Amino acid sequence: MTISVATQVEVRHLEQRAHSLRRRMLRMAADKGEGYIAQGLGIADLLAVVYFRELRHDPARPEDPGRDRFVMSTGHYSIALYSALAECGVLAEEDLATYALNGSSLPMSTFDETPGVEITSGSLGHGLGQGVGMALGLRLDRSDAKVVVELSDGELQEGSTWESAMSASNFRLDNLWAIVDCNGIQADGPMVLDIEPVADKWQAFGWQVREVDGNDIAALVEAFDELRPLPGPKVIVMRTTPGSGVPTIVARERAHFVRVADDEWNRLIDELEENRRD
Amino acid sequence: MIETGNRTGSMGEVAEVVGPYEVAPFGHTLRELARTDDRIVGITADMGRYSDILPFRDAHPDRYFNAGVAEQNTIMLAAGLAKVGKVAFAATYAAFLTRRALDFMAVACAHSKADVKVIGGAPGLVNPYGGTHQALEDLAVMRSIPDVTVIDPCDATELRQVVTLAARTAGTFYIRNLRGKVPVVLDDSTYDFRIGKAREVRAGSDVGIISTGFMTARALEAADRAAEHGVSVGVLHVPTIKPFDRDGVLEFAASKQRLVTAENHLRIGGLGSLVLEELYDAGEAGRPTIRIGLRDRFHPCGSQDYLDAMFGLDVPSLTTAAVEGRWEH
Repeated sequence: MTISVATQVEVRHLEQRAHSLRRRMLRMAADKGEGYIAQGLGIADLLAVVYFRELRHDPARPEDPGRDRFVMSTGHYSIALYSALAECGVLAEEDLATYALNGSSLPMSTFDETPGVEITSGSLGHGLGQGVGMALGLRLDRSDAKVVVELSDGELQEGSTWESAMSASNFRLDNLWAIVDCNGIQADGPMVLDIEPVADKWQAFGWQVREVDGNDIAALVEAFDELRPLPGPKVIVMRTTPGSGVPTIVARERAHFVRVADDEWNRLIDELEENRRD
Repeated sequence: MIETGNRTGSMGEVAEVVGPYEVAPFGHTLRELARTDDRIVGITADMGRYSDILPFRDAHPDRYFNAGVAEQNTIMLAAGLAKVGKVAFAATYAAFLTRRALDFMAVACAHSKADVKVIGGAPGLVNPYGGTHQALEDLAVMRSIPDVTVIDPCDATELRQVVTLAARTAGTFYIRNLRGKVPVVLDDSTYDFRIGKAREVRAGSDVGIISTGFMTARALEAADRAAEHGVSVGVLHVPTIKPFDRDGVLEFAASKQRLVTAENHLRIGGLGSLVLEELYDAGEAGRPTIRIGLRDRFHPCGSQDYLDAMFGLDVPSLTTAAVEGRWEH
């Protein structure tokens, strides 16, 4: 892929952000002792691109009605979302240390009371439909804000996702984006029900589709840029590597929910630093 | 006036409505409210015609969304619209909403305290399609979800007031929708619906009927018939299943020798259960109480009158319960 010098600088900046997000996630998981860290590390590059390039938002005013919405449908990846919200200044650093602890405002699965969190999720198949509703409402108000919904490959097994996908193209929602995180793992192991061909399915449902390596920031940037001018809802099907950036976690056999020994976290953080790509 | 749907009591057979009625009070009320409140939007799941929402659609087509045969998405769209500042009325059959879309009502709506007003048509035993279309358990189900206001109006007057108040009150509502030609029982100039308030609609000293939904109209008629037998029957109408008017019910029950509860719903988890729970908790459980409601079974197809008589929701059954203190079902 040929990209401009300006974009190379931008990509390098986003890679630094992604690295910072991964570092935050490991620290939060270390504090808690567990977490959906593999998936979080996998979507760090996407969150860097979304929060530091694609979303129009003011971290000082997370409830601003004119903001672009980022809807994380995979509520159990909250560790990744909280990291991004802290990285851009919506959440305070000290809050992150409370992740999933007793009485925390940062639960294991997202609640929409948390600043910057748009929907309560964790029950899968909820994000896209609410994103469609938000996009309809914003269009009704003649707002130019857009809605970006992240969902996972496992959620493609939820019938509700396809009801929503069908309606989005019918309503010709130019302001709606979906990002499908295909990390190939689900609770019972590697994909327990085949969902391929993913890109073809979205195309058949009337969406503009790009398929990329979700751990390649330059490729993500290019996909956003290519899709932006196209009419109707747009979807990026991204293939991610669970644990991306930390080889030991990648090597765990397609881990859905990672538990590591208490003394192991610092070694994982060191490993992340050794493997930094930016 | 736009006619939508059919008579409340029957989809297949349009029965005569005796006495005054209004056509599609939900849809006409929503249309009027939307003239001055541009936050109001309407969503249906291929049931626009049968949920009485067409008057709204025709006046405000840009604010009307048909999600197709997709109840889960219907509720998600409503939640998403609410989250960008709309007041979303989602209307289709009660059975499809409360069974299929339940997780979405619980998580996307109630958990977020979203301004979604779920309008469940054909609730209880009101159509000839049989069990697939009969929401016999909707009140029990919706009552068990935190932060949902649950309302079973008794007539067109009350339904109009309920819809108006719901549009102006934050949070998630489940409202049973009386469709088509809806009888007028209450006088709009004197009746004043309040969320969470029961209303004594007939004073009486011997027996107390505590009723919800369209059973209140029948309770009033049963009270008239009981009077002919020398039995004085009071009627307490309880439109709001949640929040429940505990104090109002206890006060009404305190002066009665016997109680009858009446609902167009399973005896499991509905008004009768709720009344007994509250009486028990208050140490008032000793009073003889008959619960009129549906048996624990799926019910067959049939006209409203046929089903009412077969399953004891009719005026003679209520009268027998009030006068003789027994009920056959």
